[in-house]
Amino acid sequence: MASRKEGTGSTAASSGSTTGAVGKGKGKGGPGDSAVKQVQIDGLVVLKIIKHYQEEGQGTEVVQGVLLGLVVEDRLEITNCFPFPQHTEDDAEFDEVQYQMEMMRSLRHVNIDHLHVGWYQSTYYGSFVTRALLDSQFSYQHAIEESVVLIYDPIKTAQGSLSLKAYRLTPKLMEVCKEKDFSPEALKKANITFEHMFEEVPIVIKNSHLINVLMWELEKKSAVADKHELLSLASSNHLGKNLQLLMDRVDEMSQDIVKYNTYMRNTSKQQQQKHQQRRQQENMQRQSRGEPPLPEEDLSKLFKPPQAPARMDSLLIAGQINTYCQNIKEFTAQNLGKLFMAQALQEYNN
Amino acid sequence: MATPAVPAGSPPATPAPAPTPAVVPAPASAPAPAPAPAPAPAPAAAPAPPAAPADPAAAAAPPAAPGQTPASAPGPAQTSAPSLPGPALPGPFPGGRVVRLHPVILASIVDSYERRNEGAARVIGTLLGTVDKHSVEVTNCFSVPHNESEDEVAVDMEFAKNMYELHKKVSPNELILGWYATGHDITEHSVLIHEYYSREAPNPIHLTVDTSLQNGRMGIKAYVSTLMGVPGRTMGVMFTPLTVKYAYYDTERIGVDLIMKTCFSPNRVIGLSSDLQQVGGASARIQDALSTVLQYAEDVLSGKVSADNTVGRFLMSLVNQVPKIVPDDFETMLNSNINDLLMVTYLANLTQSQIALNEKLVNL
Repeated sequence: MASRKEGTGSTAASSGSTTGAVGKGKGKGGPGDSAVKQVQIDGLVVLKIIKHYQEEGQGTEVVQGVLLGLVVEDRLEITNCFPFPQHTEDDAEFDEVQYQMEMMRSLRHVNIDHLHVGWYQSTYYGSFVTRALLDSQFSYQHAIEESVVLIYDPIKTAQGSLSLKAYRLTPKLMEVCKEKDFSPEALKKANITFEHMFEEVPIVIKNSHLINVLMWELEKKSAVADKHELLSLASSNHLGKNLQLLMDRVDEMSQDIVKYNTYMRNTSKQQQQKHQQRRQQENMQRQSRGEPPLPEEDLSKLFKPPQAPARMDSLLIAGQINTYCQNIKEFTAQNLGKLFMAQALQEYNN
Repeated sequence: MATPAVPAGSPPATPAPAPTPAVVPAPASAPAPAPAPAPAPAPAAAPAPPAAPADPAAAAAPPAAPGQTPASAPGPAQTSAPSLPGPALPGPFPGGRVVRLHPVILASIVDSYERRNEGAARVIGTLLGTVDKHSVEVTNCFSVPHNESEDEVAVDMEFAKNMYELHKKVSPNELILGWYATGHDITEHSVLIHEYYSREAPNPIHLTVDTSLQNGRMGIKAYVSTLMGVPGRTMGVMFTPLTVKYAYYDTERIGVDLIMKTCFSPNRVIGLSSDLQQVGGASARIQDALSTVLQYAEDVLSGKVSADNTVGRFLMSLVNQVPKIVPDDFETMLNSNINDLLMVTYLANLTQSQIALNEKLVNL
């Protein structure tokens, strides 16, 4: 049953009741399961996101916005969205929270769902696994359990097919973020690998009947020529850029690995134990000579254990590399298909 | 459709009051079939560049004349609201006669219609966009709460102003262009609302989206208001239609194509396809197009359809698109491309296994 939220802007209250409803609805979902199995998006939201990027987001700037909708059992329905202004230099007076509150209050007057269910962001060639995203998604997911982040890839979309993905943080990663403890021991304990950081939620697009009517109208009236970019063979530029980004990340990763290696080496080379042994020997000698033993110096002051390198960043880098690789593989699969088709055409010609 | 100048020049002398429902629905309603096709060809010329609207306008001007004469027939039963003072509507229409709509506007309008309050027959809202020399491009909109009853209409302009401010923060280039309403009629209240909006924008556009699906179509029309009447006496206001064209960004086109697929699915739900499915879908579309072309060619050959030289030329250029390359050269090109792709796939897989290995090592 649809759990329409009549709450005000306070997300805490709605999150409480939301989890309650979800618990009732599912019953058998354990604590490790994710609350959202599918994301259902209205056609309107897709068009709005596309338009927002097209108008405001040229270049490598990311555009962001808020998603509104409701939760139905284990499905997250996104029914509307509104864009967020980009950060400019003169935004000293600009209050994001106030903007959001005003927007939601106004939208409520016209009966648009005012429950925050997530946010969207555009991405440049698929590079979205950053600390900022992690933090934002964590705060969203902490407040509202079912929230997702929609990643819209405009360049891939321009190549022929809509690229929209929904991600959530896995429960394991949520735990770690809650502790705010990103040291290597904590991460090892939680047993998180880069594959288990984000989980992708399948998306479906749904339209109401009236919108379908509208679509038919549009199709009849605006016979814009179908652009077949998807079948274009000239896509090496795109591949080149992807590989470039991948190489950059791999470089960062290798730097990280070098740092880690140095750390390991330093730990093992620690002279600490040797020094302790020498001290003890000297003390014994002094005792035998009747002199007072040297005070046990604070060893920790002499030999500071080397700092364990932060593991979170390397996890993020690994996750990003993974995303790039997947994108590349998908891309090459498509291109191979196209090449074989071209071959078939050519053979027929000869 | 008819330019604003035309009705002023050759008007039926009766100062038909503004809401003239007859002028507007005459093209839409059944009893006047002649004007009815006129709106259809005008927007169908959409692919032509905006400079071309002169032609559809000229073609549609004659049908506008019979549209105007029925105006005098229903008679000026409503003499109340309409006589507005002249200076409220300055100058000729600033952007020319073409209104270019983005699909996101229409989807927004339909969505706000679906979410209307109980008892409200229609919804209204503001249109935002940009004006340039040849046309007006409407790129955004938001709905405005309003109350309408038999004798009065109240629009929450405060709300409209606030929303506009908020929207401006995101897109500072958008201006208020006019307003929209659902429903297929222009009522008296429309005049009042139009007057409210003319305070916000010079010469606002009025857009109607027929969500009541009269005639089985969702009619989308745009109007601008013009003064009419005998000069010196009380002036009336008439809504003159404008050409509506649809503008798409490339990515919007792709988005709309995808969303349109829900029309064909039983529960109106589609998932996003991936990888080769997309290529398969695109090639299926080309296959359909090719079979249409083949059908045409066969019809011409069997004499059913007369041959058209332009189409023939297109067909010839189509067939010649497949380049004639020496087979060996083609083999070499094909193989080198395939090798590149395979190598990249291999590298990607290698990288992935590398980072997985790294994870395991670090966690030892």
